[in-house]
Amino acid sequence: MPKPAKPGPQPGNPSELIIDGEILPNQWRLLAQTAAGESPDIPAAGKVILPLRQWQAQRRALTARSDEIGVWLDSDEGAESIGAAAAQCPLIAVHFPAFADGRGFTTGRLLRERFGFKGELRAVGGFMRDQLTYLRRCGFNAYAFEGDEPLASLHDSLHDFSDSYQAGVDQPLPLFRRRL
Amino acid sequence: MYRYDDRDRAILNDRVAQFRGQTQRYLAGELSEEQFLVLRLQNGLYIQRLAPMLRIAVPYGLLNSTQLRRLARISRDYDKGYAHFTTRQNLQFNWPHLEDVPDILAELAEVEMHAVQTSGNCIRNTTSDPFAGIAPDEIADPRPYCELIRQWSSFHPEFAFLPRKFKIAVSGSQQDRAAIRVHDIGVQITKRDSDLGFQILVGGGQGRTPVIAETIRDFLPEADLLPYLEAIVRVYNRLGRRDNKYKARIKILVKALGPEEFGRRVEEEWQQGKDGAEKLTPQALQWARSFFTAPAYKTFDGSASEAALQQQAEGDRAFARWLERNTYCHRVAGYRAIKLSTKPTGVPPGDVTDRQLDAIADLADAFSFGEARVTHDQNVVLADVEQGRLYALWQQARQHGFATPNIGTLTDMICCPGGDYCSLANAKSIPVAEAIQRRFDDMDYLYDLGDLNLNISGCMNACGHHHVGHIGILGVDKKGQEFYQIQLGGSAANDASLARVLGPSFSRAEVPEVIGKILDLYVQQRRTAESFLDTYKRIGLQPFKESVYAKAG
Ligand code: HEM
Ligand code: SF4
Repeated sequence: MPKPAKPGPQPGNPSELIIDGEILPNQWRLLAQTAAGESPDIPAAGKVILPLRQWQAQRRALTARSDEIGVWLDSDEGAESIGAAAAQCPLIAVHFPAFADGRGFTTGRLLRERFGFKGELRAVGGFMRDQLTYLRRCGFNAYAFEGDEPLASLHDSLHDFSDSYQAGVDQPLPLFRRRL
Repeated sequence: MYRYDDRDRAILNDRVAQFRGQTQRYLAGELSEEQFLVLRLQNGLYIQRLAPMLRIAVPYGLLNSTQLRRLARISRDYDKGYAHFTTRQNLQFNWPHLEDVPDILAELAEVEMHAVQTSGNCIRNTTSDPFAGIAPDEIADPRPYCELIRQWSSFHPEFAFLPRKFKIAVSGSQQDRAAIRVHDIGVQITKRDSDLGFQILVGGGQGRTPVIAETIRDFLPEADLLPYLEAIVRVYNRLGRRDNKYKARIKILVKALGPEEFGRRVEEEWQQGKDGAEKLTPQALQWARSFFTAPAYKTFDGSASEAALQQQAEGDRAFARWLERNTYCHRVAGYRAIKLSTKPTGVPPGDVTDRQLDAIADLADAFSFGEARVTHDQNVVLADVEQGRLYALWQQARQHGFATPNIGTLTDMICCPGGDYCSLANAKSIPVAEAIQRRFDDMDYLYDLGDLNLNISGCMNACGHHHVGHIGILGVDKKGQEFYQIQLGGSAANDASLARVLGPSFSRAEVPEVIGKILDLYVQQRRTAESFLDTYKRIGLQPFKESVYAKAG
């Protein structure tokens, strides 16, 4: 899959985030990507979110900690790179290197609708407030904003729209089916 | 036409409120220039050379008289008293104030209109045949499908941030009047045995790399339309290039993978979601069709009303010309469709004043069941006019400057705003259109030339469709000076083809003369009743080149 020309900034670790409509402290530590082949520095305890490659390499070794091992996907890493294993994951983060890179919307939707992911689906990186409704409709329930806008002012945007035309994760029936 | 219910209204009002908030945040400095750019573009708002430009969506070109009057009022109250019909069947205001845009949107919402997704990297307004529902060669009315696509694509949560803009056109007729082969997705309604379905084309487009679309499916059953479109856009969203905006359109992806491989991936994706919730149920199809039923036509004796019309035509040569060029066959006996020309000499193609917008509304009410359609050649169609009332309609249209009998001729050109308004332009295009209109003002000569599409763009973005004009003119920049490249042989119809460059470019002053030489050669070379395009196809570019670039003396 095509990468963006310039690799975007790696996602960070804001101290608070919006989860299921509430502002909560961030309990997970997201590890930035390491160069190919390097073994990652995984903390001995606590909840961590691993880059896809590390997750693929370490998953089995960490089975005992599976409740505290999440994975994050870059925008060019589609939902099928986790596939059916998604159903067992406690958390998947999807990286938006820039708000205009909309691949993560498709990733979120497929994780929920095709691969049965039930855990926390977290948007990380450079998305913006005005995308919250779309993110929510694509199955995201957690939003790790990195800017300095106060979270309390952002989460109203989760419901910019009271209804929708097409099917989404939040509303499995398109309006034309609900109308009749 | 489609009418909103409470749920459409709720969605639209939510949008107006959302955009009002976004504008306020921008004006208060809370939204960066870059963030607001994306948000305003998804709402049709450009910042142009002279002022903002606001593009209003006209779904598949269809307007009612209430909407037209509201557009007239908006152009009076918020703009300079005119508006512009675009090649994508939309309407643009060239001088609104940014601060007023939320109020304009609120005014539009009252008449079920908006500016949603008329720009930006999302699925744009779906376009179609301006003769939908009345064309004698129609297989099925495309409008119910267009409306279903409109609803599916509006605020689509997955596809609001695509690699690039995305345009869908639907044709329901044998003759393609929606230019489906130069769209990201072209949908051709077709029949297999007695089942309705679609031929699906992908990867067409103009811009700096023009491409004719390829068919990826010959027959898609009717019920599968939306899941299939979703599969195409999903494959594109994932695989389309995002590193270079000039290579981000789906046409580049289809070329890179090859149409077979692209089609295979779409089929694979579609198989997974094929029977999902977006599959069209018989009830949904019936519901969508219920908005596009035939109006209350009267019954006429077709041949009697035809004879009466011929008599009027014989008595008035000007009327006869208009009848010949500006009216179209209707599938109901005793009716015709007519085109109002927005292209008298000296008016930028597609421009209308507030009074003309009101006049179109009045004409629509008086003659065509209160509806009008914007066409992709920047004119306006009244679709359901009684033959017996054409003469009266013509007289009124004439008073408002709409009856120039030049439809389909050289002076009915498509022309982008060019350097007069557009900040991307290499050259002006409106004065070129005018110079050509002035030079070729002899109607008899224009009729003798027959059907001829001349398309002008002010830069390679191709908003004026120069690639698919029989004659295309492209503004180019040479060391800071405006020059014009001439292209020949394009077509946006069933035989879609891309025009080829004639040779080195010309100064603006030379353009009318060059067009004159091209036309002279055509007249000299043509066989009986052969169109310009057919002559070009037969003799090729070379003779035109020789004649245009021949050294004098
Ligand atoms: C004045 C402001 C305008 C700007 C800044 C603008 C900008 C652009 C740009 C950048 C493209 C190239 C897109 C690409 O290659 O991907 C484009 C294409 C196009 N524009 Fe415009 N445009 C403007 C006005 C218009 C108007 C007034 C019309 C209709 C009359 C129009 C119709 C089109 C069409 C049909 C295309 C070709 C689409 C295709 O590639 O299939 N544009 N425009
Ligand atoms: S073709 Fe170029 S000059 Fe003309 S409107 Fe489009 S971007 Fe502007």
